[in-house]
Amino acid sequence: MPGDINALEGAPRLRAGAAPWRGGLGWLALFALLAALPLLLGEQGQRFYIELLSKVMIMAIFALSLQLLIGYAGLVSLGHAAYFAVAAYATAMLAPQAGPGNGWLLLLGALAAAAALALVVGALVLRTRGVYFIMVTLAFAQMVFFVFHDTRIAGGSDGTYIYFRPEFDLLGARPFDVNDVAHFYWLVLGALVLTVAGLALVLRSRFGHALVGIRHNEQRMRAAGYATYRYQLGAFVVAGTFAGLAGYLYAIQYGFVNPEIASWHQSGNAMLMVILGGAGSLAGAVLGAFSFVLLAEWFSTLTRHWQLLMGGFIIVAVALLPHGLVSLARVLALPRARRGQGESR
Amino acid sequence: MDIVSFFIQCLNSIQYGLLLFLVASGLTLIFGIMGVINLAHGSFYMLGAYLAFTLAGLTGSLLTAIPLGIVLAVAFGYVLEWAFFSYLYQREHLQQVLMTYGLILVFEEMRSILVGDDVHGVTVPPFLDWALPIGNEMTYPVYRLFISAVCLLVAAAMYVVIRRTRLGMMIRAGATNREMVQSLGINVTVLYRFVFALGVALAVLAGMIAAPVSSVYPGMGGQVLIVCFVVVVIGGIGSVKGALVASLLLGFVDTFGKVFWQEASGVLVYLLMALILLWKPQGLFKAG
Repeated sequence: MPGDINALEGAPRLRAGAAPWRGGLGWLALFALLAALPLLLGEQGQRFYIELLSKVMIMAIFALSLQLLIGYAGLVSLGHAAYFAVAAYATAMLAPQAGPGNGWLLLLGALAAAAALALVVGALVLRTRGVYFIMVTLAFAQMVFFVFHDTRIAGGSDGTYIYFRPEFDLLGARPFDVNDVAHFYWLVLGALVLTVAGLALVLRSRFGHALVGIRHNEQRMRAAGYATYRYQLGAFVVAGTFAGLAGYLYAIQYGFVNPEIASWHQSGNAMLMVILGGAGSLAGAVLGAFSFVLLAEWFSTLTRHWQLLMGGFIIVAVALLPHGLVSLARVLALPRARRGQGESR
Repeated sequence: MDIVSFFIQCLNSIQYGLLLFLVASGLTLIFGIMGVINLAHGSFYMLGAYLAFTLAGLTGSLLTAIPLGIVLAVAFGYVLEWAFFSYLYQREHLQQVLMTYGLILVFEEMRSILVGDDVHGVTVPPFLDWALPIGNEMTYPVYRLFISAVCLLVAAAMYVVIRRTRLGMMIRAGATNREMVQSLGINVTVLYRFVFALGVALAVLAGMIAAPVSSVYPGMGGQVLIVCFVVVVIGGIGSVKGALVASLLLGFVDTFGKVFWQEASGVLVYLLMALILLWKPQGLFKAG
């Protein structure tokens, strides 16, 4: 194998690896807080907020999966909803009509469908670069959208229902029941924890470092002996699979899938969450998803014209924080004199 | 399909394709020359349609509304570039995407506040409001021919400006190498501002002349935006000629797709784009 890629010029500064203890503690605190929330909220306001937060965490998983492509591999995909949607549809179509299905088997089917699609699409789209890459990924996602929308598969443009939520049996016991709002919330939280941990491991591995190296200088990595195409395809499949996890959870939460979840708005929203939170940071994707969904929810309670507030917020956020909301703490912490220097990348 | 309806579908394809070209040519110029991914370009199309509705209501005719609207559009584009887009040039593509998306939301809500969320119609000027008989039974609305004619005129004018004038030379050079143009002593700031205003005016014009055919409704910008990006990418970013070829190609594929293969008409456009980009990863034409 070729030499240490960190010796390359412009070697990545992986934020996950920069301060492992502090970063790890931050994640731990966040997860602990999220895990305790259903107990803290009590029975009264519980249902609304727990369901809302479940939705937010599903979007966070979706945004995290896209972050691997945009923030680390430098592959800006505008078709990520395709894998989300295919997994959701796989869940709906594999689920038995007469009774609850096996949640684990459905999960396997959903992830396999998303991964297979990502493998096929990735193998083709990775021939292009830059803006052309954005548009070809969009093209394939639109094809998926129209396949669900214009054919009779799974109810056409009306979508289809999952009549029974799946059961999750573990070694003969049933540790949780997803018909319970809080139980489902914890299941989603567990999936989020697994996604963050899984992606952090991927990024720490030789594979992850190679991906970042390829983003910085593909020619050089190829010259160093890396089969760059295979690395990028690998990243594409991993990202697609995690997007599939989000789609699977979405299908269970709403018990309903329709072609809208494959639309370019869905892909665009995930992309916005990643950029808004901060490209190149796992925390950025989570922060982006939380702020995007929760702000939209909050603004829409204030006024009918809430998109005006959202648009204004986005413009101001990008103007003041070019590296995303995640850089807020860093920008505030930097002394005024060093600010210009510290921000240049 | 008999020869007459085939002919009519051809006219429809050309009209749709040329209209797409008006919007997409502005997008490809802004994209190719300034390097800005402008998601808000579809909003300019929507703005045009609403201008047509409002101004035609005030002045009484679409034909007086169009020149008025173009003047307003140039002014609006000029100010918008000065106030907003000139700050985007140094930013990364991703940030441009996010900021112009924010602009879409702002424009849509402004539209909702100022004009409301109703669907409106714009009346065709009386002397264009008749149909040309084709064959024994079919007719074709003259207004659609008028749309094609206006688009062709604008395309011809653009060809002359871009290929035959000093300004066009600067625009072509700017699409190829920005820094070099600047180092040759050309005021890039003004050039950019002009090209941007031109792009806005083209999209607004397209929105205005399309208004009687497509009607005026919320969200019409978003639909056009995606199709125009498809056109720009198929044609090759920054290439006006490519945009023309790609929009006509798309016009034919979309129109005939709807006639022959209704269920798959949505997929066809994207299938076409995917195939072309897999064959030619940089689009059909080079910039210029």
